[in-house]
Amino acid sequence: MIGRRSVILDEADRWLVPVILMVSVYVTFRGHNAPGGGFAGGLIAGAAFVLQFLAGRPLRIGRSDVHRPTAIIGAGLALSVCTTLAPLLFGDALLESAIWKIDVPLVGTVKVVSSAFFDLGVYLLVIGVVLAVLVALGADPDDDESSGPMAVEAS
Amino acid sequence: MTSIILVHAALAALALTALRSRPVAAAWLGCALLAATAIAVAVMGIGADDVPVERWTWVGELGFSISFRLDGFAVMMVLLVAVLGAFVLWYSIDYFEHDATFARFVGLFIAFAGAMTGLVLSDDLFSMFVFWELTSVCSFLLIGLNDRSAQARASALRALLVTSAGGLSLLGGVALLQSSVGTSSFAGLAAADTTGTVARAAAILVLVGAFTKSAQFPFHFWLPGAMAAPTPVSAYLHSATMVKAGIVLMARTSPIFAGDPVWRWMVVVCGGTTMLLGGARALRQTDAKLLLAHSTVSQLGFLTILVGLGVPGALYAGVAHLVAHAVFKAALFLGVGAVDHATGTRDIRRLSGLGRQMPVVAVSMGLAAASMAGLIPLFGFATKEKALAVLLHPDGAAVGIVALVFVVLGAVLSTAYSVRLFVGLFGTKPDRSGIETAHVHHAPTAALVVPVAVIGGASLVAGLAASTVGGWLDAPAAAQAAAATGYLALWPGVNTALAVSLTVVAVGAVVGWRMPVEPGEHRSWPITGERAYQFLLDGLLDGSRRITSVTQSGSLIAYLGVIVSVVAVVLGVGVLGDPGAGFVDRVLADSAVQRAGAVLGVVWAIAVVAARHRFVSALLLGGVGFSCAVIFAAFGAPDLALTQVMVETLTIVVFLLVLRQMPRRFEADSVWAPKLVRVAISVAVGVSVSLFAVMVSGARTAPSVGETYAQLSEPEAGGRNIVNVILVDFRGFDTLGEITVLAIAALGVTNLVRMARRQRTRAGGGA
Repeated sequence: MIGRRSVILDEADRWLVPVILMVSVYVTFRGHNAPGGGFAGGLIAGAAFVLQFLAGRPLRIGRSDVHRPTAIIGAGLALSVCTTLAPLLFGDALLESAIWKIDVPLVGTVKVVSSAFFDLGVYLLVIGVVLAVLVALGADPDDDESSGPMAVEAS
Repeated sequence: MTSIILVHAALAALALTALRSRPVAAAWLGCALLAATAIAVAVMGIGADDVPVERWTWVGELGFSISFRLDGFAVMMVLLVAVLGAFVLWYSIDYFEHDATFARFVGLFIAFAGAMTGLVLSDDLFSMFVFWELTSVCSFLLIGLNDRSAQARASALRALLVTSAGGLSLLGGVALLQSSVGTSSFAGLAAADTTGTVARAAAILVLVGAFTKSAQFPFHFWLPGAMAAPTPVSAYLHSATMVKAGIVLMARTSPIFAGDPVWRWMVVVCGGTTMLLGGARALRQTDAKLLLAHSTVSQLGFLTILVGLGVPGALYAGVAHLVAHAVFKAALFLGVGAVDHATGTRDIRRLSGLGRQMPVVAVSMGLAAASMAGLIPLFGFATKEKALAVLLHPDGAAVGIVALVFVVLGAVLSTAYSVRLFVGLFGTKPDRSGIETAHVHHAPTAALVVPVAVIGGASLVAGLAASTVGGWLDAPAAAQAAAATGYLALWPGVNTALAVSLTVVAVGAVVGWRMPVEPGEHRSWPITGERAYQFLLDGLLDGSRRITSVTQSGSLIAYLGVIVSVVAVVLGVGVLGDPGAGFVDRVLADSAVQRAGAVLGVVWAIAVVAARHRFVSALLLGGVGFSCAVIFAAFGAPDLALTQVMVETLTIVVFLLVLRQMPRRFEADSVWAPKLVRVAISVAVGVSVSLFAVMVSGARTAPSVGETYAQLSEPEAGGRNIVNVILVDFRGFDTLGEITVLAIAALGVTNLVRMARRQRTRAGGGA
């Protein structure tokens, strides 16, 4: 935690973080057709966590504490790599995009492009990188690494 | 054949994971697998009309494939590997007892057996190389099995470095052969013309590879060091099987390449030197296991001469002696292990009268030692007799006579160290003043004795049935060269070879008997392979350390100075090559917003340099970034602007997190990078980057790919945001690379911080 707690940050943290996270998801998925994408979305979500961090709250995703941001990085990278390699299974070139059109009741036709999963991987990875940096650099430098709200589990 | 190897790999993986807590069960499964392998190979290979062949294309463009061929020689080798392996694995169950490393041993042992099986089945040099390296890795892990012992680790590393250097040499040979002759398969090489200079050089590289693996002079020194491994490992890898890989390679290639006199002389000189060196060293050892290690070196030299000469008769003798050596040496190693296990020592100075206490082991090892010494009626006699008979009828070449001299002298030594080993271990020594005799603590169990007895007894049985066994060896030898058939005999009749043989045995026995138990001071040669290795390794480490201390000074200013100066120089040279380029018809800005953004950016940048506090400086730097975002947005690049804003925001936060651990103000001038120098570097890089940017933006000659991307974006990738489509589809590979770098950087930061914190904690705790 840096300095004293601030009421403004506390309130901003409580109300803004969920909104920012939703926006980040939206930006990620609309990226294929309008400005946005996994990288920008991930950075926006990262900003949400920075806000959370500056407000002095333990880093959390939903109800669970962030213990190992590296796992999120790994998951993101794995998703992107799998999306890259998947076309090989169907005899296509690496990274070849598949386009599916799905009829969803009430919503209408939704177009899904396989590269969205690639972008989702980028999104996760960027979030993981921001969290990893916050966990690593945000901990009180004099603290023992096994204590404090930003405790990192040995990975 | 492929399936056999895959089952080995699967069982090895199983033993290292799921069966980790039940190593004995894993060991029994391993024994069963090895026995099944032996049976399967015997059924498939012996007397088959068509030689079974399997081939899997690997890198078709380069002509590389993994191919197996179960010819007579392969059958013989697989049988040796599997049968000896099964016995050694059984033996190891009781040898290790409750040792914690046993689980790892079992897994690695089975993995090794699979790799070795693949090696001897290989039908081309490339496949052989792959399995060759696998055996090196297994050997490394097995020598270093006791990873808490510094000596074991050093020995393992030495073995790995020497054998993998040889592996590189082999790979070089394979590559040269592939490119010059166009094939690496043994049959293909035999049919092709290999008399060209490149092919001959390749053959020598292959031979060097074989020398390292089979511990030939001057690479012999790693093998005695490998005795740091547990005895079953020594018995199996470093005596009976893996060190034979070089012999196998020579057996496969010598009929093709041995016409080259360089090859022949190398084989005879290196093999002969190894034979004498190993024999002489063996005679000086007091540790029975080291004695065996040096004797193995010596015997490998003998095999190298026989197999490498490329003479059909010698090849037959070599194949026969390979079997003889594998059998008697495995028994001897296991026997020494049993003695060690029972008495707690293998030092022949501390053992006396053990023959009466461990009669079965003594008799079995006696048979094996007699076979090594070449006594009638053991199998070793028949094979050595055959070798002498072949070499006594040279084809008139000097190389054959030299080989004969080496072999005779070497045989004297091998009789001598056989006598020394047996008498040393089991004899009753008269003068025992001042030496504490080791006693049998606990009698060895069946698993420690039966393998020794069976394998030791095999030397006698094979010797008595020498002519039958000799007939079996026709197929293995003929697999290399059609003319390499022969016969073995228990009693060859009175001839020159027999006379030589008897003289050798008599002289050797006297030498071995008269050799004092306590050898005198050992004088080492000034130049040895071992010293050369140590010199090279030390030099490499020392040199790396020096270069590192110069290039990695740890000064941030120095690193940044070097990086930035290089940028300035490289770009500056480019700009100076075409001064003023790109300034023609240049529109500086399209709109007032762009102009304002640019001016703002410049103002922020000047403020960054002027600031005295680090925090302020970092915040102002963010201002420069936001100004850029304004310009991007005004240029119609919303994606870029959005990303820029987010990156800038996060960067500022990260900056602040780091800066709070540093002094608040910038320090005064550093001693060796005064302000003037830093200003000069900064101005140079600023000017060169700016001019270069202008020059590059005006240098387009080909049409932009942007148009193509814009057209393809929707139909090909289903997206209307071209920037995003480029990122995730058209140039997705780049993105993949970038996010990988990002992930690595994050891991690096995490671990560096953790390391620094741990060091601080430790330092704080110590104070």
